[in-house]
Amino acid sequence: MKNIKYELIANSHKAPEHRIRNSFVAFMSGGFMGFLAELIIEALCNWFNISRTESSTYMIIIFIFFACLFTALGFFDKWVNHLRCGLIIPITGFAHSMMSSSLDYKREGPIYGIGSNMFHLAGSVIIYGVVAAFIFGLIRYLGGIQ
Amino acid sequence: MTFFYDNVYINNTSTITGPYENKGPLKTYFDKSYRDLYMGEKSFEKGEIKLVKEALSMILKKTKKSKKDIDLVIGGDLLNQIAASTYGCLGVGKSFIGIYSACSNSVLSLIIAANFIDKGLINNSICVVSSHNMTSEKQFRYPTEYGAPRPNSATFTSTGAASCLLSNKKSNVKVECATLGKIVDYSQNDPNDMGRVMAPAAIDTLVQHFKDTNRKPSDYDLIVTGDLGLYGKEILKDYLKENYDITLDNYDDCGVMLYDLKMQKDVKAGGSGPVCSALVTYSYIYELLKTKKLKKVLVLATGALFSPILLYQKENINSICHAISLEAI
Repeated sequence: MKNIKYELIANSHKAPEHRIRNSFVAFMSGGFMGFLAELIIEALCNWFNISRTESSTYMIIIFIFFACLFTALGFFDKWVNHLRCGLIIPITGFAHSMMSSSLDYKREGPIYGIGSNMFHLAGSVIIYGVVAAFIFGLIRYLGGIQ
Repeated sequence: MTFFYDNVYINNTSTITGPYENKGPLKTYFDKSYRDLYMGEKSFEKGEIKLVKEALSMILKKTKKSKKDIDLVIGGDLLNQIAASTYGCLGVGKSFIGIYSACSNSVLSLIIAANFIDKGLINNSICVVSSHNMTSEKQFRYPTEYGAPRPNSATFTSTGAASCLLSNKKSNVKVECATLGKIVDYSQNDPNDMGRVMAPAAIDTLVQHFKDTNRKPSDYDLIVTGDLGLYGKEILKDYLKENYDITLDNYDDCGVMLYDLKMQKDVKAGGSGPVCSALVTYSYIYELLKTKKLKKVLVLATGALFSPILLYQKENINSICHAISLEAI
C-alpha cells in the first residue's frame, strides 16, 4: 500500500531531469557514431578494395576494439556520462559492458573471475538477440520472404 | 526504543577518506586522505580493508592504547559478509561484533557500544565503519568501469573509514541518549532515488525520538541525517511539517555536507554509505562539539535495506534509521 500523502510530497521534490537535452545529446552523438562508421566503411571500400558488406564487418571490429581499449584505459565511462545513449546503444556499448565486467573481476582469476562474469551485463543481449534472430528467421522462412 | 546514558563518552575519533571526499568542503577536518581509490592495494576490496585497518591503528595511536586494551570492536560495511570489517578488525580488541544495517551502521555501532558501556559490562569500545565507492558499485549496481548514465536523484557512495573510541572515561563529548529505529516500508522501489526510500525511516525515528524524550527540534543545535541527499532532505522537512507540525530549522544532511555539490557533479544528489554520516560526525561535528561551538547534536543515520536480488523479485526497498544524541560538556 502506497502512502498517498507521502507520495504527493515526494513527487513534489523529484530531481529534475533534462530529458530533452539528454535526448538531443544522444541523438547527436549517436548520429556522429553513424557518420564515423560510414567514413570507415567508405575508406575501407575505396582504399583497400574491400566489398561494402565486408567493410561493415571490419568497421564493427574497429569500433569494438576502440571501445574495449578506451574502457581499459579508463575514460570510456566518462564519455558515456557526457554523450549518454549515443555510445551505449551502438556496438560500442556492448563491447564496453563486456570489457568493464571483465576488468571488474580480473582479480578473481581467469575462471571464477573473468570467465564467469564477462557476460554479466551482455549475457541478456546475446541470449535475446539469438532468440529474436531465430524467431524472425523462422517467420521469414515460413512466410517465404526472401 | 530510546535509551539514556550516564557515563558514555567519545574519547577520540579517526577519519580516513578517498580522493572525492578530500575535494569537499570538510577536507581540513579529516585525518588522512588517499588520492587513489586502490589505496596502494591490488583490488578495491583490499583497499577498503586497508582503510579499516588504518582507521583502527590511527585511533589506537591517538588514544595511546594497544590492541589488547580494547574490550570490544564493532564493525560494519556494505560488502557481502561484511568482509571489510571482518578482515580489517583482525587482531584488534578482546572481542568483535560485526553488524549490518546498511548506511545506518555508524550510529547502530555507537548505540550497541554505548549500551554495553553504560551497563558496566565493558570499559571501552571502538566502533568502525567503512564503505568504498567502487566496491559498492560492484556489489549493488554496475561494474566499476561501466558508464551507465545515472539520474540526478542518485547518490554517490562515499569512500573511507571512520572509527570512534567510546568509553566510560570522561571527555568533552558525551553520548547522552539514543533511539533505535525500526524497519519501515513505504512501498518504494527506485534504487536510484535512495533519499525517497530512506526519508520515511528518518521521519519515523525522529518522531519517535521526540515522543520518547519529550523534546522538540529547538532543543538541539543541529540535527543531521545520514545520507538522504538533496531531495530526500526536502521530503523529510515537508512531510514533518505537514503531518506532525514539526519545523526543522537547524537541520542538514551529511551526504550534502560532505561534498561540494556544485563543483563535484559526479556526486549528483549527495553522498551515501555507512561512512558518509560517520565522516561528517566523527570529524566536523565532533570538532565543533569539542570546541563547544555546538552544544547538542542529534545524528540520524539512515539506511536503505536494499537487496538487488529481492528488488528483481519485485519486493520493495525497506529502510531503517537510528538516532544518537551527542552533547558537549
